[in-house]
Amino acid sequence: MDRAQPAPVSHSRLIGRLLLMVAGAFAFAFALVPLYDVLCRATGFNGKTDGPGVIRDGFGVGGLKTAAAPVSRVDIGRTVRVEFTGTVMPGLPWDMRPLTLNLDVHPGELQQVSYLVRNTSNRTVVGQAVPSITPGQAARHFEKIECFCFSQQTLGPGEAREMPLAFIVKPEIDRDIAHITLSYAFFSVDGQRQTLTSSVEAR
Amino acid sequence: MSTATTTHPAEHAVADYHGGWLRWITTTNHKDIGTMYMTFALVMFFVGGLMILGVRAELFQPGLQLMKPEFFNQLIGVHALIMIFGALMPAATGFANWMIPLMIGAPDMALPRLNNWGFWLLPPAAFLLTLPFTLALFGIGDGALATGWTFYAPLSVQGGMGVDFAILAVHILGISSIMGSINIIVTIFNMRAPGMTMMKLPLFAWGWLITAFLLIATLPVLAGAVTMLLTDRHFGTHFFDAAGGGDPILFQHLFWFFGHPEVYILLLPVWGLIPHVLSTFSRKPIYGHTAQIYSFIAIGLLSVVVWAHHILTSGLPLPALIYFMFSTMAISLPLAVLFFCWIATMWKGAMSFETPMLFAIGFIVLFGIAGLTGLVLADVAADAQYHHSYFVVAHFHYALFAGGIMGVMTGVYFWLPKWTGHMYSEKLGKLHFWLTVLSFNLTFMPQFFLGLAGMPRRIPDYALQFAEFNAISSIGAFILGFSQLIFAWNIWSCVRGGPKVDGRVWEGAEGLEWELSSPPPHHSWETQPVVK
Repeated sequence: MDRAQPAPVSHSRLIGRLLLMVAGAFAFAFALVPLYDVLCRATGFNGKTDGPGVIRDGFGVGGLKTAAAPVSRVDIGRTVRVEFTGTVMPGLPWDMRPLTLNLDVHPGELQQVSYLVRNTSNRTVVGQAVPSITPGQAARHFEKIECFCFSQQTLGPGEAREMPLAFIVKPEIDRDIAHITLSYAFFSVDGQRQTLTSSVEAR
Repeated sequence: MSTATTTHPAEHAVADYHGGWLRWITTTNHKDIGTMYMTFALVMFFVGGLMILGVRAELFQPGLQLMKPEFFNQLIGVHALIMIFGALMPAATGFANWMIPLMIGAPDMALPRLNNWGFWLLPPAAFLLTLPFTLALFGIGDGALATGWTFYAPLSVQGGMGVDFAILAVHILGISSIMGSINIIVTIFNMRAPGMTMMKLPLFAWGWLITAFLLIATLPVLAGAVTMLLTDRHFGTHFFDAAGGGDPILFQHLFWFFGHPEVYILLLPVWGLIPHVLSTFSRKPIYGHTAQIYSFIAIGLLSVVVWAHHILTSGLPLPALIYFMFSTMAISLPLAVLFFCWIATMWKGAMSFETPMLFAIGFIVLFGIAGLTGLVLADVAADAQYHHSYFVVAHFHYALFAGGIMGVMTGVYFWLPKWTGHMYSEKLGKLHFWLTVLSFNLTFMPQFFLGLAGMPRRIPDYALQFAEFNAISSIGAFILGFSQLIFAWNIWSCVRGGPKVDGRVWEGAEGLEWELSSPPPHHSWETQPVVK
């Protein structure tokens, strides 16, 4: 009967422990931010792409390795349709549209397309495009050779410019993937948002 | 019953309550606070219900008749937040306040002042959540949260000031729930009557114990997620902003890390009270008391590792999809144990069908449908089609209305005579049951078929081929809504008067709570009972 005897003295200790759990759970939410980033980079999850020379290998945090040789083989036995789209995020007074809406490519082929981007305001504005590939599994096989998303773009008042993109869909891409969508979100770069341009981040 | 030391806080031992409204502001009595929680929940149930009747009225016909799409979006999101945080959770906390001290032979909750504070945080939070509706009438802001209750970024990062109000309301509601949980855990651990071991603890208290731990483990994660949202909106951070290297999908993970356990937070108190009702009206002891305790624990543990089944279509890698599919399906195993125990409790019992028993049986059948359709949604291949369709809406209403709200109604009819000392009208109770069950199915059964046919959720307009089923669903929703007035009336007249009941109330009722008079004295178990 002793074990269920009420023990008022231990109230505060128990409360202390429970409050520690609450604090731990709150901290855990913030710990998930870097954890999630590591996991995404390791798995190619969510269409995050790497810079050139890096390919992802499987599901595992240690799976990054350097590509041995440039792609030379063209797989003419099949085509993959690539769709191009783009969004201008709020806060950036620009218009953007792809000049090619879609393209049927053989894996391994070098292709070039461009987007027409126009500044609709009467001041000079700096923007940064962030790419995303759908489906996510295709991201690691979509290699951009040249892209306007590699650096910040500056447009003068009312200026319009064709922004080029050269890419290869690698022959290693899964045979089940016949359709890839490449989407760009163009963000305004103001004083706070300079951090983006580190080269690998932007690709 | 022999004497044992009491743990009654000194300041509380005197019958020192104020008369009039000040009594309710300052009370630290678990019964008063329980009553306030239940009343608040009932009011919020009608507020949230009215909102969704607006939605169903709009969906009665295709096309836009009554409201702008923006207002429609606000109604569905705030409906969900009000029903979950305003109705279901406070109702469960109200039960806990009223019943756990009576059931475990404690004189009050362990932390009575915290208890009072926990309740009084709720009305301001509900006010904050709904204030933007009123402000919009005066041309201030653009209305309440219009993102759905899930606040997905980037929509919520771009949304109007309704999002800020909702973020602050969620913070306050979260603090209130965490205080309630700490109180319940301390009460159960420290204030049980001599001889009541953890394995003898009533199932209702066990269900709540697991709920309280889940709240403590997951609500702070939601608080963290909405804090990040707030700093993204106003303080230049980029947690969910791709331009700054953040990721909107991260928000979905953080949200559902809380959001899935939340489903069990809402349901575990109900799973705890259902066996008491089944055992009472079958006049048999609860079958598988120990098995049910371990099932509660297993479900509690599994619930925190399956969250991504809500976002199976967000582009997860294949190994993750397979893991989340199978871990989700694994939850059906302990749940099947519970279903088995519920049915076995009734098996060959001398059953009678008073209103609480009808609700309990209705709960088992309809909640079973929720479980089975949940298995369909957990299937990665099938989910690609069903995701974000009305199939999901129907599924979670079978879980949260039939499993949650009808479970709460079971408890209200079961314990109301204990609380008031009067018997409610059995005739009105049965009428309420049949109207609720029939109109509930009339409302939500067609939504399964709408979802299968491809009708997306959260859209104020729809294609013509969905018109008939939507009309049926809207008619069902209005009958369901208005039937609840019977419930409110029945409660009100039972509080006001009615045939007197004795302490035991129900012929087959077992447990410490039934050894007290009905209504129990304002201060009960000042001398703790000894459990053999």
